Amino acid sequence: MALLQISEPGLSPEPHKQRLAVGIDLGTTNSLVATVRNGIAVVLSDEQGHPLLPSVVRYRGDARVEVGFAAQAAQARDARNTVVSVKRFMGRGLKDVAHVESMPYDFVDDGGMVRLRTVAGVKSPVEISAEILRVLGERARASLGGELTGSVITVPAYFDDAQRQATKDAARLAGINVLRLLNEPTAAAIAYGLDNAAEGVYAVYDLGGGTFDFSVLKLTRGVFEVMATSGDAVLGGDDFDQRIFCWILDNAHVSPPSAEDARLLLLKARQAKEYLSGEPEAHIGARLASGEEVDLVLAAETFTHLTHPLVAKTLVPVRKALRDAGLRPEDVKGVVMVGGATRMPQVQRAVAEYFHQEPLTNLDPDKVVALGAAIQANALAGNRAADEDWLLLDVIPLSLGLETMGGLAEKVIPRNSTIPVARAQEFTTYKDGQTAMSFHVVQGERELVSECRSLARFDLRGIPPMTAGAARIRVTFQVDADGLLSVSARELATGVEASIAVKPSYGLGDEEIARMLQDSFAHASDDMHARVLREHRVEAQRLLDATDVALREDGQLLSTQERVAVDAALVQLRSRMAGEDHRALRQAVDSLNAATMELAARRMDQSIRQALSGRRVDTVGI
Amino acid sequence: MDVDLRRDFFSLFGLPRVFAIDTEALELAYRDLQSLVHPDRYAHLPETERRLSMQWATHVNEGYRTLRKPLARGRYLLSLNGVEVDSESNTAMSPDFLMEQMEWREAVEEARTAEDAAELERLHHRLRQLAGEMVETLRGQIDAHHDYHGAAESVRRLMFIEKLQHDIDDALLGLES
Ligand SMILES: Nc1ncnc2c1ncn2[C@@H]1O[C@H](COP(=O)(O)OP(=O)(O)OP(=O)(O)O)[C@@H](O)[C@H]1O
Ligand SMILES: [Mg+2]
Repeated sequence: MALLQISEPGLSPEPHKQRLAVGIDLGTTNSLVATVRNGIAVVLSDEQGHPLLPSVVRYRGDARVEVGFAAQAAQARDARNTVVSVKRFMGRGLKDVAHVESMPYDFVDDGGMVRLRTVAGVKSPVEISAEILRVLGERARASLGGELTGSVITVPAYFDDAQRQATKDAARLAGINVLRLLNEPTAAAIAYGLDNAAEGVYAVYDLGGGTFDFSVLKLTRGVFEVMATSGDAVLGGDDFDQRIFCWILDNAHVSPPSAEDARLLLLKARQAKEYLSGEPEAHIGARLASGEEVDLVLAAETFTHLTHPLVAKTLVPVRKALRDAGLRPEDVKGVVMVGGATRMPQVQRAVAEYFHQEPLTNLDPDKVVALGAAIQANALAGNRAADEDWLLLDVIPLSLGLETMGGLAEKVIPRNSTIPVARAQEFTTYKDGQTAMSFHVVQGERELVSECRSLARFDLRGIPPMTAGAARIRVTFQVDADGLLSVSARELATGVEASIAVKPSYGLGDEEIARMLQDSFAHASDDMHARVLREHRVEAQRLLDATDVALREDGQLLSTQERVAVDAALVQLRSRMAGEDHRALRQAVDSLNAATMELAARRMDQSIRQALSGRRVDTVGI
Repeated sequence: MDVDLRRDFFSLFGLPRVFAIDTEALELAYRDLQSLVHPDRYAHLPETERRLSMQWATHVNEGYRTLRKPLARGRYLLSLNGVEVDSESNTAMSPDFLMEQMEWREAVEEARTAEDAAELERLHHRLRQLAGEMVETLRGQIDAHHDYHGAAESVRRLMFIEKLQHDIDDALLGLES
């Protein structure tokens, strides 16, 4: 493999020390945690041997929280306080959520991210998701026997910025360090591609409980390059349940069901759907709280007919992604099927028909995403062995833009741009002495701002006062490797950095997160101070290790004076490692970071230069 | 040897500064560079390294995006040679070209209104051919004749063609969904 010849900058400072890292598939219906053990990716099961954790959270009157099977068992009994499919609410306002009318929750809608009123108080989807992550984190710690270095959490490729940020915030509440947010179809591609040594263009068709993703990737000698991705963030197995649910109501002639009865019937609908993946007909029987009886038979053929529009709907993003990638269906070498809902025969038939080939169903569609995430987490934690060198190049799914005059959206970063990516735009002031400016950032493909997703409003302050039109403010949009946007601004004439206040449209503010963190500690054995101290120690140790390696390998890149500064910062940090003062520790970390910044930059330049000169001395020149 | 890595994308990828680049060499160099600087390689390292890696990977992606496709590459080469394609002084277009633009737009609009997918596909195909010819022209203008002002006009034509292709893509998607 060509890639092997390149020296890796980030090899583990102490290769013998395996860092504990996990991959987490935070699913709409089911969540899983996996890790790489002795070079093999495995899903970690709970004490009863269940690999899947139902993504169900129940808030009880006694301040306890149930997650998983216990909560699932109570859902028809205590529907209002038992949240299923919370992923559908992440980073969303109430008006974005489909089928609210048939949901048994007490929604709180004040414009931003929707929240739910439960016996335990008003909960944000971020807090609810954090409960699921907490359970998976504990499972991992218990089964791996130690603290986790970090995790890779998967998100639907089609998740927008707000949904990604909400996922990351949930991890933060749960006390889980996120090494990377990874797109679910990409995770599946890693697991499939590495396992089968696949080469060429592959597609991943991922129909889960609540989301649909479709990605096209080019696999070339260890590089996974996402060419295009598309999807539908509100289309999944749940919608098939919904169709059966409506069919039941139409055919059983029962009165409009209560919240509890609705939940029961939805459950029956899902069971029937899953049964029909292997059988020609399903019996649907239920006794409602109202005393009415439901007793129906649903034929597979009827079910296929009922859900035909849903299956057809998945092909719209498929076509879009292929078009964006400049490909025809026949250019795709294999279609990897992911997600429990791809077990439905009508889905498999539709895919086979469209691509003129049988889709690849030899993977466990429930587990492959978690396994891929675990493999990625292992690599990111620095555990990768020299012979497992592969690289992932992913994209953002939706264009990022700015609101301009007349409510129009101007694209700043187009969809399917490889991340990380940055674009800068220049603006000027229109009034004398103007020191502030506002921006509205949106995501989506439509021309009208009102038809795109509103991400955030940015207020730029601290522009040096000048005459109108004299200031040149360069605003830079940076999307990182998690697909998350950050914005920075600088006035070019003076070089002054403007400060930016961000108001997320469907996200949580920093203060809100801090309050939630406080709340979560009120009930936990852990406390806030201990958590923060622990996190800082991890970062400090990481910095100490990396600095040792850097000095050993490239100490000569520093002047004597610079070296003295680094050594002083090192001594200070070491002395504070054992202390209990997390602020002092943080400050020492910041000092050492600042002192080693130049060294890190020079090392990076040096390694790039070496790579360049090693391969093409003749062409580089100068 | 001291290469200013941030100076220009051609030297970043070790390519000669011409329009007709070896795209395979570009691809290889791109992958090699990303293998070196990508944030996934630095995720377990301290914040400073992570930030540097993000900046580098962003730069390498930008370089690849700029050099990979003829249109962006042409623009970039012209700008390295002091000709800005969309600067005011340069936007005067030949009347022929303006006429041609109008005809194309009408044809696309007509097919869109008639919901004629086959016609849209046909127009798309013709545009692709046209783009191919334009790229050939551009190569001659830049590499052989160093005619940067002529090349700027070709780049603008290409931009127009690409925009139309996007419009057709959108129209086709609209028809399908
Ligand atoms: N045998 C089956 N036949 C039909 N559908 C099934 C079958 N088994 C599982 N499903 C459906 O698959 C869905 C859950 O799939 P999966 O666990 O992959 O989703 P998820 O990862 O939780 O959701 P998402 O990826 O959308 O966040 C549910 O709608 C479930 O009913
Ligand atoms: Mg899933």
